[in-house]
Amino acid sequence: MNIHEYQAKALLRSYGMPVPEGRAAATTDEAVTAARALGAPVTVVKAQIHAGGRGAGHFAGRPEGKGGVRLARSIEEVSEAADAMLGEVLVTLQTGPAGRLVRTLYVESGCDIARELYLSLLVDRSTGRLVIVASPDGGMEIEHVAAATPERIFKESIDPARGLCDYQSRGLAVRLGLKGREIRAFQNVVRAAYDAFTDLDAAIVEINPLVVTGAGDLLALDAKMSFDENALFRHPEVAKLRDENEEDPREREAAEYGLAYVGLDGNIGCMVNGAGLAMATMDIIKMEGEEPANFLDVGGGASKERVAAAFRILIGDPKVRGILVNIFGGIMRCDVIAEAIIAASHETGLNVPLVVRLAGTNVERGKALLAESGLTIIPADDLGDAARKIVTAVRNAGA
Amino acid sequence: MSILVNRSTKVITQGFTGAQGTFHTEQAIAYGTRMVGGVTPGKGGSLHLGLPVFDTVAQAREATGADASVIYVPPVGAADAILEAIAAGIPLIVCITEGIPVQDMVRVRAALEQSDSILIGPNCPGIITPDECKIGIMPGPIHRRGHVGIVSRSGTLTYEAVAQTTAIGQGQSTCVGIGGDPVKGMDFTDVLERMIADPDTHSIVMIGEIGGTSEIEGAELIRASGTRKPVVGFIAGATAPPGRRMGHAGAVITGGHETASAKIEALHAAGIHVSPSPAELGTTLARVLG
Repeated sequence: MNIHEYQAKALLRSYGMPVPEGRAAATTDEAVTAARALGAPVTVVKAQIHAGGRGAGHFAGRPEGKGGVRLARSIEEVSEAADAMLGEVLVTLQTGPAGRLVRTLYVESGCDIARELYLSLLVDRSTGRLVIVASPDGGMEIEHVAAATPERIFKESIDPARGLCDYQSRGLAVRLGLKGREIRAFQNVVRAAYDAFTDLDAAIVEINPLVVTGAGDLLALDAKMSFDENALFRHPEVAKLRDENEEDPREREAAEYGLAYVGLDGNIGCMVNGAGLAMATMDIIKMEGEEPANFLDVGGGASKERVAAAFRILIGDPKVRGILVNIFGGIMRCDVIAEAIIAASHETGLNVPLVVRLAGTNVERGKALLAESGLTIIPADDLGDAARKIVTAVRNAGA
Repeated sequence: MSILVNRSTKVITQGFTGAQGTFHTEQAIAYGTRMVGGVTPGKGGSLHLGLPVFDTVAQAREATGADASVIYVPPVGAADAILEAIAAGIPLIVCITEGIPVQDMVRVRAALEQSDSILIGPNCPGIITPDECKIGIMPGPIHRRGHVGIVSRSGTLTYEAVAQTTAIGQGQSTCVGIGGDPVKGMDFTDVLERMIADPDTHSIVMIGEIGGTSEIEGAELIRASGTRKPVVGFIAGATAPPGRRMGHAGAVITGGHETASAKIEALHAAGIHVSPSPAELGTTLARVLG
């Protein structure tokens, strides 16, 4: 689960992270009030969306215009910037062409920047440990740094038995070229990020850039935090930070039923059990020349209600011109799937071609139920057969 | 022969009396797995499915001499259940549970490294040596005794590989679903080195997906081993859109080797026969075997 920059900064500040003074604003008036209260010579007005690349982005309809991070040297400039961003759609490399509507701004005191560093914490799946990643090349897309100059990426792996040791962050500070009291300041920054990460079950804490000011102070100029969905049950205060406006409504509905769903742009709706098989099903639809409308994993032990909900989401998506159900039952029983499909089809009025491939536990009963249902269902024997049949059916229906 | 489990493997279930534990233990007994008991705290001393129930894993191990434990405990308590099995000295632990917090698994992984226990999973279908021992949630009847070793990160794609190898008239030596979680027990390399050494495994199917780099490490192990056993591979997710999580921090560590195309290239380079489609795992293997 992602949160906004202003929320991440508030959380990190509570763990001792140095961040610039700032306030969130939902209207131009609030932005002006915030800027007056800050009273800084330079104010930064930042669009709050769940995507990076905001500064280099542009607003929809104004490809040559300014991005979503603007400097203001007067209250009038703050007001102008807020007017230009609030209620507008910001397009960045990470949002895709559709962009994201800006509903909130973060108004922050500007600072002078001597150097820009990079810092992040995440779990390294190869070692199974938390790793601190730092680079002297802050303010850039870190994946570009990792690809082009991997020697400028420094890592420290944390032994879970010992936890973060200060010598590790000091070592990183020295490798980053920090000197004197900057070293201690960096140590404090890493400690705050680490404490927040481990306390709150974060998936990522990323500070980019972490700036060194002219006075030798460190400040987190931008901050991103994302959280382990599996651990939200023990962090209700973090779960409250979810911004449903930033989420695809189809994904939100799916999440309510415990389904893993990612909306895509194609026209073949997929319902599959298991993430790997779901991805493979998307792959094979594309190989047959069509595009999947979604990734949807109903999970291993889905109930009839969950499967019916999944089916309703697919039928309710206006882009969907055909549905492919691909279930290889293990825990999941094919007869339960069949009953859920039949119930949901009757309830919602199936109006697109439906191909169903069932295999595994109770497959014969599942197939029999579908055959007796009176619904127009195209049965498929295997994965390849299923993909060919749905692609053919969608093309015939469209012709 | 087979790897990790066979007809003499004695198995207990943690989360024994719950709905999942009960259902899958019944299935395992019906399959012929040597189930010897189970653990549900507070129900020690009773019988369930005709088998003894214990309060702790240590008691169960002591009384039954179990070689393996399978865990159907809900996510909140699953990491603790694994740690308990490690502490009790269970040699093989199979955790089926999906949804364990990553930081819990970081602690489990550290404990594993200090022990002699082997963990399969979590968030996996388990392990099966057909006609001998089924530990996990895979449907038994799709399997057939044979000589293809199957290792996969995805549960249902493992079933797909099993069904397709059975369909071409082959069978399986042992199938291991290593699970999809970022921090887990056995990885491709751990399973592959055993399959390469196993005289009963004549060919291997390995199925990976996008994310992480463990398929690349597995491919490197195969290349370096010089094995002459044919290996068929598939990587799911070639068409998946790049993650919408903020940033792509995983790529910071891996330098961008997490994509399907990077993995497929690594598999090719190791001499692995990459199936062009998830529907052609069996036919690719049949062609390679000639």
